[in-house]
Amino acid sequence: MDILDILISASFWTAAIRIASPLIFAALGELICERAGVLNLGIEGIMVVGAFAGWLTVYLGGGLWFGVAVAMLSGMAFGLLHATLTVPFGLSQHVVGLGITLLATSLTYYCYRLALPSVTSPPKIEAFQPYEVPFLSDIPLIGEAVFSQTPLTYLAFVLAVVVSITLYRTPLGLAVRAAGENPAAVAAQGLSVTGIRMGAVMVGSGLMAVGGAFLTMSAFNSFFFEMVNGRGWICIALVVFGSWKPGKTLLGAVLFAAFDALQIRVQQTPLGADIPYQIFLMAPYILSILALVIMSRRAQVPAALMVPFNKGER
Amino acid sequence: MRLEPVANPTLTRQLGLPALALLCTVVIASLLAMIAGAQPFSVLGLIVKGAFGSKFAALETLNRATPLIFTGLAVAVAFRAQLWNIGAEAQLYMGAVVTVVLGTGALSWPAFALLPTIAIAAMLAGAVALLVPTFLKTRFGVDEVVTTLLLNFVVLLWVSMLLEGALKDPMGLGWPKSARLIAEARLPRIMDGLRLHWGFGLALISALVVWVIQRRTTLGYEMRAVGLNAEAARFAGIPVNAVLIKTALLSGGLAALAGFSEVAGLKGNLTLDISPGFGYTGIIVAMLALLNPLGVVVAALFVAGIFVGADSMSRAAGVPTYLADIMLAFALLLMVLAIMLTKFRVRRS
Repeated sequence: MDILDILISASFWTAAIRIASPLIFAALGELICERAGVLNLGIEGIMVVGAFAGWLTVYLGGGLWFGVAVAMLSGMAFGLLHATLTVPFGLSQHVVGLGITLLATSLTYYCYRLALPSVTSPPKIEAFQPYEVPFLSDIPLIGEAVFSQTPLTYLAFVLAVVVSITLYRTPLGLAVRAAGENPAAVAAQGLSVTGIRMGAVMVGSGLMAVGGAFLTMSAFNSFFFEMVNGRGWICIALVVFGSWKPGKTLLGAVLFAAFDALQIRVQQTPLGADIPYQIFLMAPYILSILALVIMSRRAQVPAALMVPFNKGER
Repeated sequence: MRLEPVANPTLTRQLGLPALALLCTVVIASLLAMIAGAQPFSVLGLIVKGAFGSKFAALETLNRATPLIFTGLAVAVAFRAQLWNIGAEAQLYMGAVVTVVLGTGALSWPAFALLPTIAIAAMLAGAVALLVPTFLKTRFGVDEVVTTLLLNFVVLLWVSMLLEGALKDPMGLGWPKSARLIAEARLPRIMDGLRLHWGFGLALISALVVWVIQRRTTLGYEMRAVGLNAEAARFAGIPVNAVLIKTALLSGGLAALAGFSEVAGLKGNLTLDISPGFGYTGIIVAMLALLNPLGVVVAALFVAGIFVGADSMSRAAGVPTYLADIMLAFALLLMVLAIMLTKFRVRRS
C-alpha cells in the first residue's frame, strides 16, 4: 500500500517536523496571548512581518540569529500596537486584530517593493542548515526525522517545554493564566492586569514573528507574497484544538503537519493523480474546521478571553 | 490609566475626534510617500485626482464601490448581531459561481425573469456558505471567526477546481475562466454609453432595505438586542439562535450579491481574481461606517476612491499601490479608537 510506505519513510517525518515548526512558534505565541485573555487576530500579518524582517536582515548582511532577533522585535512592535488598542483602550479584539493583520501585511509588501523595486524572482539567502545532533541522529528513522533538523526547529520544541513550565510552574505563569481567567483577582493581588496582558501580547507576537521568520530562514530561503497563506489562522485553530495547553497544541501542530506532508506525497502517487490537486490543498483547512468541531465541546476557554478589564469598574 | 464614560459628549468631540483620525491617516500616508521618494502633497493630490478627477475616474470609483457596498452591508448586518462573519469573500464567490451556472445558457428565459432568479439563487448560495459556520456556532459553540476565515480558502480552491473542470470555458484557450454569460443574464447599464451597470443601483437599494430592516422591523430590533447582550436577549425571550440564523441568511445573501453583480454587471464571466479581497475590505467599510447601512455607501465610496486613486497615483508617482491598504488599515484602527474616545475619557488612576 502506497500510503503505508510513505508513513514509515524517514523523509516524510522529516518534512512533517519541518512543516510543524513555524506552526509551533506561532501557535505558542497565540496561546500566550489568549491565556492572558487577548485574542490576537494580528497573527497572520505578524507572521508576514517576521518572515520579511528576518529575511531582509540576512539579505542585507546580518547574521542568521540576528535576523531572528530582528523578526522577533518587529513582531513585538506590532504586538505593542495591538495590546495598546485592545488592553488599556479595550477596543474590539476582532476588529483590531484584523486591522493589525492588514496593516502588517501591507506595510511589509510596501517595504518589499521599496527595497527591491524590480525583481522578478525573489533573491535567496544563505539560510539555516540542518544540524545533526551527535549520537541521537544515528537512531534509525527517529534520528533522521527529529534530530537532523535546523536549529530553529529544535528551538521550537524547546520553547514548547519552556512555555509549559513557565505557565504552570512559575508565579509569572500563574499571573498570566489568572489574567485570562479572573482579572479582578489579579488586580486584588495588587498586580497590573494591563501590564500582564500587554506583556503577554508582546511576547506572543514576537513568537508569531519568529514563526514567520522560519518560513524565509529555514524553509523557503526567500521572501515572496502570500507566503504565509493562512498559516496564522490555522494556528488559531490549533490553539483551540490543544485546549489552550502548550503540549497538546504542539501535538496538534505535528499531527496537522504530518497530514500536510502526507497530502503532498499522496498527490504524487497514481491514486492522487486522478484527484484534482485543489482537493489536497483544501484538506488542511477542512481538517482544521473538523478539529475545531470535535474539540470545541471539551475545550476549556479562558474565562476572560476577549473581555476587556477596566480597573475600578464592576 | 482608566476609562471614564463621558456623560454628554459635545459635538466638537463627536466630530473632531473622527476628523483627527482621518487627518492622522493622511499624515502617515504622506510620510510613507516621502520615504518612497515622492512629494507627499502631490501623491495625495494624485490619489484624489485618480479617484474623482474625471468622469472616467469617478465611474471607475463607483464600479469599484459596488461590490464593497454589498460586502460592507453583509459585514455590518452580521457584526451588529455580534456574528463575526469574516467569510464575505467565500460568500461572494458562491454568488459568482451560481451566476455562471445559471447564466451561461442553462436557463434561456427573458432578462426580466432570468436576472431576479439568478440573484435570488446566488443569495441562497451565499447564505448557505455562512449558515454552515453559524450552525457550528449555535450547535457546537465553534468560534465563527476561525471557521469563516478557513472556509474562504476552501471555497476559493473549490472555485479554482470548477474553473479548471466543470465550469471551464471550452473556448478559453486553456485559461482557467468560465464561459461568458448570455445577453439576457447581463445586468444592463444604467445609461447608454456610461460604464456603470445596474449592480450599483441594486447596491443602493440593498442599503436602503437593510436600513429599513434594522430600524423598522422586529427582526432588526432582535438583531441589535442579540448583538448588545446575547444573554440578556435570551432572558427577554428572544430566540437568539433563530435570530443568528436569520442574520446569517441576510449577511451571506448580501455578500453573494457582490459576486452576482461583479459577474453579471462588470465582468461577464468568472475568473479566480474576480475579487481582490472585496470580502475582507468589506470589514473596513462596515467599521468605517459604524455598522450603519447608509454609512456603508459613503464608506464604500471612500474606500473605493482610495483604491482607484492609488492605482493611478502609483503609475504616475512610482509609489507602490500598497499605500492604499496601509491607509485603510490606519483609518480603521484610528477610527475605532476615535469613536471609543468620543464616549470615554482617559483618566490617570
